[in-house]
Amino acid sequence: MPLTLHDYLLVSGLLFAVGFTGVLVRRNILVIYMCLEIMLNAANLALVAFSRFRPAADGMPDYHGQVLVFFIITVAAAEVAVGLAIIVALYRARNTTQINEINRLQY
Amino acid sequence: MLAWLILFAPLTATALILLVTKSSRQLSAFLSVGAVGASFLASVVVFFGPDFTTQFNWLEFGQRLIIPIGLTIDKLSRTMLLVVTGVGLLVHVYSLGYMHEDRSESRYFAGLSLFMFSMLGIVLANNFVMMFIFWELVGASSWLLIGHWYEKASAADAAKKAFLVNRLGDFGFMLGILVVWSLFGTVVFAELKPAVERISNDATFAVILPAAVLLLFMGAVGKSAQMPLHVWLPDAMEGPTPVSALIHAATMVAAGVYLMVRIDFLVIAAPTAQTVIAWVGMITAVMAALMATQQNDIKRILAYSTLSQLGYMIGAIGFAASGAAMFHLFTHACFKALLFLGAGSVIHGMHHEQDIWQMGGLKNKMPITFLTFAIGTAALVGFPYLSSGFYSKDSILIAAGAKSWIFLVMGLFTAALTAFYMTRLFIVAFLNKPRSENAKHAGESPMVMWVPLAILAVPSILAMPFLLGRSSTLTEVLGLAHDHSKDAWNVPLLAMFMFVWGVGLAFIIYRNRDRDPLRFPLLAHKFYFDEIYAGLIAITHDLLAKLSGFFDKYILDGLLVRGATTLAFGTGFVLRFFQVGNAQAYAIFFGLGVIVLLYLAVRP
Repeated sequence: MPLTLHDYLLVSGLLFAVGFTGVLVRRNILVIYMCLEIMLNAANLALVAFSRFRPAADGMPDYHGQVLVFFIITVAAAEVAVGLAIIVALYRARNTTQINEINRLQY
Repeated sequence: MLAWLILFAPLTATALILLVTKSSRQLSAFLSVGAVGASFLASVVVFFGPDFTTQFNWLEFGQRLIIPIGLTIDKLSRTMLLVVTGVGLLVHVYSLGYMHEDRSESRYFAGLSLFMFSMLGIVLANNFVMMFIFWELVGASSWLLIGHWYEKASAADAAKKAFLVNRLGDFGFMLGILVVWSLFGTVVFAELKPAVERISNDATFAVILPAAVLLLFMGAVGKSAQMPLHVWLPDAMEGPTPVSALIHAATMVAAGVYLMVRIDFLVIAAPTAQTVIAWVGMITAVMAALMATQQNDIKRILAYSTLSQLGYMIGAIGFAASGAAMFHLFTHACFKALLFLGAGSVIHGMHHEQDIWQMGGLKNKMPITFLTFAIGTAALVGFPYLSSGFYSKDSILIAAGAKSWIFLVMGLFTAALTAFYMTRLFIVAFLNKPRSENAKHAGESPMVMWVPLAILAVPSILAMPFLLGRSSTLTEVLGLAHDHSKDAWNVPLLAMFMFVWGVGLAFIIYRNRDRDPLRFPLLAHKFYFDEIYAGLIAITHDLLAKLSGFFDKYILDGLLVRGATTLAFGTGFVLRFFQVGNAQAYAIFFGLGVIVLLYLAVRP
């Protein structure tokens, strides 16, 4: 049974849901960060799948999707650099990585 | 050319005084007197010269509205010029004595000269707009002079009152000018006359013209202090006495009468308005005379008497007897100026005491003032056959009798009252015994003050019989050629009867009295006009204040200003519940939002 676009999208959606759930329920800010990465990669997977299963008019894969994936990977790398720096700074300031303890900005 | 000199000599004096000689009181005074002297001499020359009009266009708004500046010399203005500059000159000279001790003599003379300029402008103006400009100028200079002693609160208040009450009338005057212009397309007096005849058959004409005349009359009501705008004149007595003599007795208050005489052809063309004018004038005459009987301030008595006499003149306009109105205006200007200057002399001698019950026995202390004041009184009460007032009052009463018996009765009643209150004033102030230290030590005023009195006494007692006998020009000028045989009433006899009655009654009541035996609170309080106005104004003010207060508090502040803050606060209040401070809660909101957006985007 060959894998279809549908299967890929299902996996992608599951990955996204897992990531989002992680973001919502986990308390450790590093874990939340990793869950965010999972969500990004879920999107990447969907893009690659579309690129593979929806070829362009000349029969070649649609490279737009693949370019976008590279773009996301690059941005994610940069984002990790910035995000981890923020987390380190936050830890130094507040001495915690528990997100429910970081709640100064409420009314 | 001479006419321009008459007009601009006093203005030049004002300018020079204010710009150059303000620090030198003497120089300022002589500049002012010199200017009015020049005007007087020029007026005499003009009086014997021919009629002429000189005019140039000042403002041109297309073909329809052309406003000229022009001077006109005719029968009316040349006699008026003589009165204004003549009385003006005497008052200026008198002021030299009266204001001698005043620190701000320069300012006083500058104001007096400005007034002369404005008044002469009214007299010489050949069109409504120019007259209106000078009309406002006399109002302004009158304000300056009433408020000359502005340190005194009552004087400052009186000046404001005079100005504001006059504004009411002037508002009507201005509207009247606009109506006349829209009706006839011109504002020049000489061009109005043929215009009236041209369109007198129009249907709208009969409706609009009375309205126009009454609006113009409003200006006269304000300036000549007729009911119900008379309240400013008695208060205006707060000003220096020469000012009262010149402005509030002889000239400015007569400007309203002069205006009505200028446009008498309009008044005659509008019979409805004419009747209203007659009533206003005669009611003022009676009411003011009633009020005068219970006043104790020498100047106030004279002020109410002025009101009453102005009522006569305005009444005469209503009786279509503008000649009689002018005649009375001239005689009244002379003897009322005389009376006021005499009162000023008394006040001067009494060290600024104005209550007649503090006087008494001044006959021996101030013989010249006494004599001239007696002549003035005789003229005002209409001493039969000898005084000028008798003739001018008669001509008005005859006209009143010709109009209706009720006006004649009102006129005669006023005449009796006039005789009564003037005799009262005369007996209490000059005869009887001195009733205060001031009265015991009063002395005659300096020569510079009594000479004008003596000069003014001459026309009061002599001139009119003389002129009437000798000069046919005057009778012709004033339109007084009157055939007595056709009269339904023997007016001179009735007037004499009233004179005897009034004088006799006053003699009986006030001889050798130390205080007023009669008490009529209603009259002493001037029919409560001031109180009613104060109440009315208070009520309207309160109402307006409450209304605008409500608007400010609830509409502006409540709805707009506080509404905006409430809106911002309310929105913030609701929205801040989303700011829970938990990043994961934000993520949930974000996720929910994305779901909603997605739903909206893919919704079929």
